[in-house]
Amino acid sequence: MNAFWIILTGSLVATCCSLLGCYLILRRMAMVGDAISHAVLPGIVIAFLLTGSRDSVPMLIGAGLLGVLTTFLIEFFHRYARVQADASIGVTFTWLFAIGIILISVYAGQVDLDQDCVLYGEIAYVPLDLWITEEGLSLGPRTVWTLAVVTLLIILYIVLGYKELFLTTFDPAYAAAIGISTSVWYYSLMTAVSITTVASFESVGAILVVAFLVAPAATAYLLTDNFKTMLLLSVLAGILASVAGYYLAVWIDGSIAGAIATVTGIEFMLAFLFSPSRGILIRKKQLQPVQH
Amino acid sequence: MNEFIEFFSFADANIRFVTVGSVLLATSSAVVGCFTLLRKRALVGDAVAHAVLPGVCLAFMLSGTKNPFILLLGAFVTGWLSLITIDFITSRSRIKEDTAIALVLSVFFGIGILLLTAIQHSGNAAQSGLDKFLFGKAASLVGEDLIAFSMVAVLLLVTTILFYKELAMLCFDKAYAKTIGYPVRGLELLLTTLTVFAVVVGIQAVGVVLMAAMLITPAAAARFWTDKLSLMLVLAALIGAFSGVSGAYVSYTAPAMPTGPWIVLIVSMIAILSFAFAPGKGWVSRLLRQRRNKTLILEENLLKLLYHLGEEKQDFQTSYSLQQILEKRAIPKKQVSAGLSKLRKQGYIEKTPAGWQLTLQGQRRGERVVRLHRLWELYLTQYLQLASDHVHEDAETIEHIITPELEQRLMEELGYPVLDPHSARIP
Repeated sequence: MNAFWIILTGSLVATCCSLLGCYLILRRMAMVGDAISHAVLPGIVIAFLLTGSRDSVPMLIGAGLLGVLTTFLIEFFHRYARVQADASIGVTFTWLFAIGIILISVYAGQVDLDQDCVLYGEIAYVPLDLWITEEGLSLGPRTVWTLAVVTLLIILYIVLGYKELFLTTFDPAYAAAIGISTSVWYYSLMTAVSITTVASFESVGAILVVAFLVAPAATAYLLTDNFKTMLLLSVLAGILASVAGYYLAVWIDGSIAGAIATVTGIEFMLAFLFSPSRGILIRKKQLQPVQH
Repeated sequence: MNEFIEFFSFADANIRFVTVGSVLLATSSAVVGCFTLLRKRALVGDAVAHAVLPGVCLAFMLSGTKNPFILLLGAFVTGWLSLITIDFITSRSRIKEDTAIALVLSVFFGIGILLLTAIQHSGNAAQSGLDKFLFGKAASLVGEDLIAFSMVAVLLLVTTILFYKELAMLCFDKAYAKTIGYPVRGLELLLTTLTVFAVVVGIQAVGVVLMAAMLITPAAAARFWTDKLSLMLVLAALIGAFSGVSGAYVSYTAPAMPTGPWIVLIVSMIAILSFAFAPGKGWVSRLLRQRRNKTLILEENLLKLLYHLGEEKQDFQTSYSLQQILEKRAIPKKQVSAGLSKLRKQGYIEKTPAGWQLTLQGQRRGERVVRLHRLWELYLTQYLQLASDHVHEDAETIEHIITPELEQRLMEELGYPVLDPHSARIP
């Protein structure tokens, strides 16, 4: 049963991250996703200090706000102070992450968070924190419920905003011309990324979030030219990685999050080498000169 | 205060070690960071920082010891491999660089975590302290470790100074460097190697996540104070050194505090203040410059307008009411009033009972703006063959910029003309 809950948690995180990741990598914002996943830390700590609990809703709000603040700061440094784009990302997220860690140490007695948990999470503990109703009925792990709600919200967001997100991603100028606000969709996408990050934070840690945001989407990107197919393929790749990663971790007795990230990397490598349309080994064959 | 004196007298050998160590680490990564920043590859350092972890774990698993040189070697190998992988992915597929960096970063780190946890669970007693690589601890840098890392840091600084000219060429004009026969490929490899070394030693102080800051932030801050590479390197090194000392001081006064985040916090504050207030490039001074230009343009436009009105009447000594001025050109009323009163203070116009009137000084300045405008229109039609109805907009901008020297040249080129393309007289 534990294995089921852990794999389900992994798959839920994989689903929302891969979906959003497709948009991020096409907008060339993969590193912004990385930055957000680190920079939400102070938001979580502050929400924790204010409410005094690990309740999900204030944390989601705190982190959502911090995520938007991060993207705003990156934009601000880049556009108004003319800081080079990559430097602006690097400065912003390390700064916020440092503040988060300092806050944790200052309030060490009050905050039940530590650096290890932030970086690589504890997916193995997911089945321990059960949601039990007043009648004593166990409804399964709490995290799974939070993640299920977030995943549904993300899917809803993408289904409802499909056209707008599609246009602002592929042709922002045309989108603006027909009256779609690029900045509204930009910031809402970033909010979605931050909320996903936080919901996944406790269970899988920042690093697996980044892996899920980038690797399945990049794998799918090498396999297809159709955007809808890419979304589906990336989700499949993510879920597959969760299952395979779990058993890999059990086999060598290591961190589950680390193992899942490793498997996403293997998937990408396979696509990179053997993708029917773009694999470098396959392409080489096509490029061989015709024999006379 | 006592603590402050105690710390900065460096009487305690331990304080000396920690301070020297953190300063060397921070300085060497700041200097190398300048080059990666200028090559627009700042975030690559972040990937290397994460990719170091599997190397450390593998080195430990294979050797079974925590000898710093062996761990450094392992870190170096995977760090280097990560950079090669990023380059390979971006050059051989349609994956963009940012995706490749994020991908390599998270996957390498995932592998590292997997190995690290596997080692921890294996019950090997010697493993404790390996996670120092994750979060860094400048204060624990003592003895053997410190000597090893300081040597690498010094080596880095010396190499950068030795290859200064070549590296500068690589950053600013790669194509030219290639033409005059520099081994560009080799230099790129050298810079990659330097970056990896800087990360490997810097990680000891601040840990994996914050390592990116040690490379990027001092360089980004220094970039705002100068356009000269040598000066930028020195500034970045100073900023790095300052944050290193502050970090050591924090870890001395509050041992429970994590040193790395404080170093990063201090260096980030310096950077953000530089972004905002650095003279010339900072946000505030850019805003001020924009405002100055805006006022200048408004004032010159007003003088030009009054001159035009005078030209129509063939008399520059008439007063015009605010209403007449507003009718001539659509400028917001508030701006006009503000501009007019500023011009009066500078002595270009006078207020009369009937309204506003140019002084002799103002007439001359208005005349000059009109002259530049018409000269430029003429220049565009004669030399660029533009139709005469297309040149007004351009002249409207350039009239505020042309210097007296340029004005003289224009006059000579055009042969001291009398009429502009719209047959208006050039004053």
